[in-house]
Amino acid sequence: MDYVPNTLQDQQQMMKAIGIEALEALFVDIPEKYRLKKLLEIPPPMSEQEIWEHMTRIAARNVTPRSTLLGAGVYHHYIPAVVHHIIARSEFYTAYTPYQAEISQGILQAIYEYQTMITRLTGTQVANASMYDGATAMAEAAVLSAKTLGKNRLLLARSIHPEYRAVVKTYAWANGYDCVEIPCAASGQIDSGALKDQLDDRTAAVLVQSPNFFGIVEDVKPLADLAHGRGALLVAGFTDATSLGILKPAGEAGADFVVGEGQSFGNPMNYGGPYLGILASTDAFLRKIPGRLAGATVDREGCRGYVLTLQTREQHIRREKATSNICSNEALCMLAAAVYLASLGKNLKKLATLNVWKANYFRAKLAALPGWKPLFPGPVYNEFALACPDVKSANSRLESAGYTGGYDLSREYPELGGGILLCATEMLRKEDMDNIAALLK
Amino acid sequence: MELLFENSRPGRKAGTIPASDVPEVALDKVIDTSLLRTDLNLPELSEVDIVRHYTRLSQRNFGVDMGFYPLGSCTMKYNPKINENVAGLQGFTSLHPYVPEAAAQGNLQLLHELAGFLSEICGMADFTLQPAAGAHGELTGVMVIKKHFEKKREKRTTILIPDTAHGTNPASVALCGFQVATLRSNTEGGVDLAHLRELMTPDVAGLMLTNPNTLGLFERNIDEVASIVHGKGGLLYCDGANANALIGVTRPGDLGFDIIQLNLHKTFSTPHGCGGPGSGPVGVKSHLVPFLPVPRVVKEGERFRWSDKFPDSIGRIRSFYGNFNVMVKAYTYIRSIGAEGLRRVSENAVLNANYIKERLRPYYQLAYDRVCMHECVFSGEKQVQESGVHTTDIAKRLLDYGFHPPTIYFPLIVREAIMIEPTETESKETLDEFCAAMISIAKEAKENPDLVKSAPLTTPVKRMDDVLAARKPDVCWTLC
Repeated sequence: MDYVPNTLQDQQQMMKAIGIEALEALFVDIPEKYRLKKLLEIPPPMSEQEIWEHMTRIAARNVTPRSTLLGAGVYHHYIPAVVHHIIARSEFYTAYTPYQAEISQGILQAIYEYQTMITRLTGTQVANASMYDGATAMAEAAVLSAKTLGKNRLLLARSIHPEYRAVVKTYAWANGYDCVEIPCAASGQIDSGALKDQLDDRTAAVLVQSPNFFGIVEDVKPLADLAHGRGALLVAGFTDATSLGILKPAGEAGADFVVGEGQSFGNPMNYGGPYLGILASTDAFLRKIPGRLAGATVDREGCRGYVLTLQTREQHIRREKATSNICSNEALCMLAAAVYLASLGKNLKKLATLNVWKANYFRAKLAALPGWKPLFPGPVYNEFALACPDVKSANSRLESAGYTGGYDLSREYPELGGGILLCATEMLRKEDMDNIAALLK
Repeated sequence: MELLFENSRPGRKAGTIPASDVPEVALDKVIDTSLLRTDLNLPELSEVDIVRHYTRLSQRNFGVDMGFYPLGSCTMKYNPKINENVAGLQGFTSLHPYVPEAAAQGNLQLLHELAGFLSEICGMADFTLQPAAGAHGELTGVMVIKKHFEKKREKRTTILIPDTAHGTNPASVALCGFQVATLRSNTEGGVDLAHLRELMTPDVAGLMLTNPNTLGLFERNIDEVASIVHGKGGLLYCDGANANALIGVTRPGDLGFDIIQLNLHKTFSTPHGCGGPGSGPVGVKSHLVPFLPVPRVVKEGERFRWSDKFPDSIGRIRSFYGNFNVMVKAYTYIRSIGAEGLRRVSENAVLNANYIKERLRPYYQLAYDRVCMHECVFSGEKQVQESGVHTTDIAKRLLDYGFHPPTIYFPLIVREAIMIEPTETESKETLDEFCAAMISIAKEAKENPDLVKSAPLTTPVKRMDDVLAARKPDVCWTLC
């Protein structure tokens, strides 16, 4: 394959116009000794048919399960057909960031509508046009909290997704901030006594996630009150974004930032990405939040339209004084999320409720097996942690039957003494759950 | 155009949720009422409403598939269709990132091979694919620099950045706790070596250099630059945003760079998606490999697995493994065009840029009169002086001719800058049509400046009031 239209004749005409005789003359500024004399050691080109066959073979080396019991930050949801049809329109997917507003009204309006839906779902006043993923959204909210308050200590609930904590710690290390982890109480929710003990005047932010990594719903309000009482900010994350359809918005409960992974809104699991980081906040951070914002305005003739706005927050204007270094975001994933939300509308509540029912049924079913019991009594959304006799053998039995097993909690939580994290979305049928319970008996 | 919310009608629905096959319980029986929301204000639309809404929006958007998009430093090349089809294969899209490694051997093989190809293309020892975008790659690269000096127990606080650099460079450095010192350009658009010698003190961790730089010029003195930076124990970072000029022609690793970030959404043909997703892999020389993010793919015999047993790693900078599906497209592209194709990319990207430069030089002032690489930079200063027409007017007038404008007002050191990057995927006819439009606008600027200043005249909306948008921010709909 080759995507270069220039023919030899074109090249010759162009070289003549430039006044050179060989292409080599274009590279005179590169010291001669550094110019490659031979081709790179990359395999030779393929025809379109050959590359299709080659890539199909690679994809076939993966094993697609009949169903997955994994959640742990990435969720298997049904994606309405309209989502792909819209994001596959090349007016959207082959465009750049909408700096030229007059020919980018399509995506600008879509961003504005997305921002509106996210503020409504999170109980906030401002949402940006997406971050890279849930983890970087959380890390940037933490860094912004520290910079805004001039403080250097972050308190993280241990029940936050382990990879999110790892990313926050990397960003904190780079900026010289301390991170302290706050353990869980017996309920599976954050230990608010331990949090209270750790809160001090150096604390910039308290970071929690609800539902948390164990699927447990946190009570955000008292945590926000505790943080604010010591002059710190509250960063509230979430795991599965569909939970926003029924849970009280963290913004209403007093969170200063609401952050999380938007993958559940219309984006396939894609082995980890691309996804979209949701980042929303209160009016107080309107002129500080990282990332792109679409704003409504009018054109010269007074017609309503949209532009990228408050760009003085951003790196291309403010350089080292910018709020963040983010430039590319996850716009097309955001568009998928917007179409998904438009498509579900108020049905999002129904979907989220179905997830709760499935998880409660599955949890009860498994908890009835000998040696299996819930690790925490707290309320769950669509994920739950169970103690079980042998996680590895349970997972290998599930895999032999074509299921992807659960998340082995001993990987990151040795203090729990073993356990498995399982997820039941609307994609898991009762028949599967019953089969699985029989299989694990 | 109406908003989704304005078209919403109570009771209207698109699609349905399946009936429950498990017992239904009242929500407040399992989750305390105080933790539940009381209302859900999302729009209510039918499926056809949604499809027409977004289809109409798409008609108010301009992509590469609609026409020439010579946005400088953004490399808006054609996005091959086969890449999209391949990336949509169920084997790639349907995998959860935590599936056992045995179930993801195809993905792991692809990631391992892609890192190998990028290493070969750049002359680096290894690559991480975890960064989600170019700026994220920069941040990762700067973290690698930080870790390198932390291990050596050297306290270095500053990173040098040329005055031509993208804004992401200083912003990435600041987000990693370093100070920025700005390095001047010389009269030929390259690094001012005397200034570099002066700035390169023992507390400087390194230099972030875009090569070719944002003037589209290759750093001729790269040997001296590298030796000054390395001579003081610093590291040389290459912002690979402009790698489309170099692939198959020269290798940043051979030029003396220690670290590079690539933008798969520029050089390797993955679509920009209205601003993302991108992918910003980072390559390093062997002495920096231990600091790359975890986890990394390890090959054992014919099997691949993830490993996080790299104690000196900077840690994680994103969840999971990065923008995997973008990498599938970049891999497909590299395998499609092969070694010969990679070289043809840069040769033709540079040829096209020089052709535009020569065609337009009689009409617009060239910022630096040298052979350019993949992009050329003009100044609109001549038009400002002659008729008060500014670069922004020229850009807006190009919309009326059916072209996406070049990058404007960047780099900052060129007044009224017009930065044109044609890429290799455009034909001579397209370049000629674009040049004809630019020449015609230069003429209009002289003869009828008001026409140019009132552009665009043919777009769905006219020039937008940015000042109003910033003064009275309206970033979400609150009326219903």
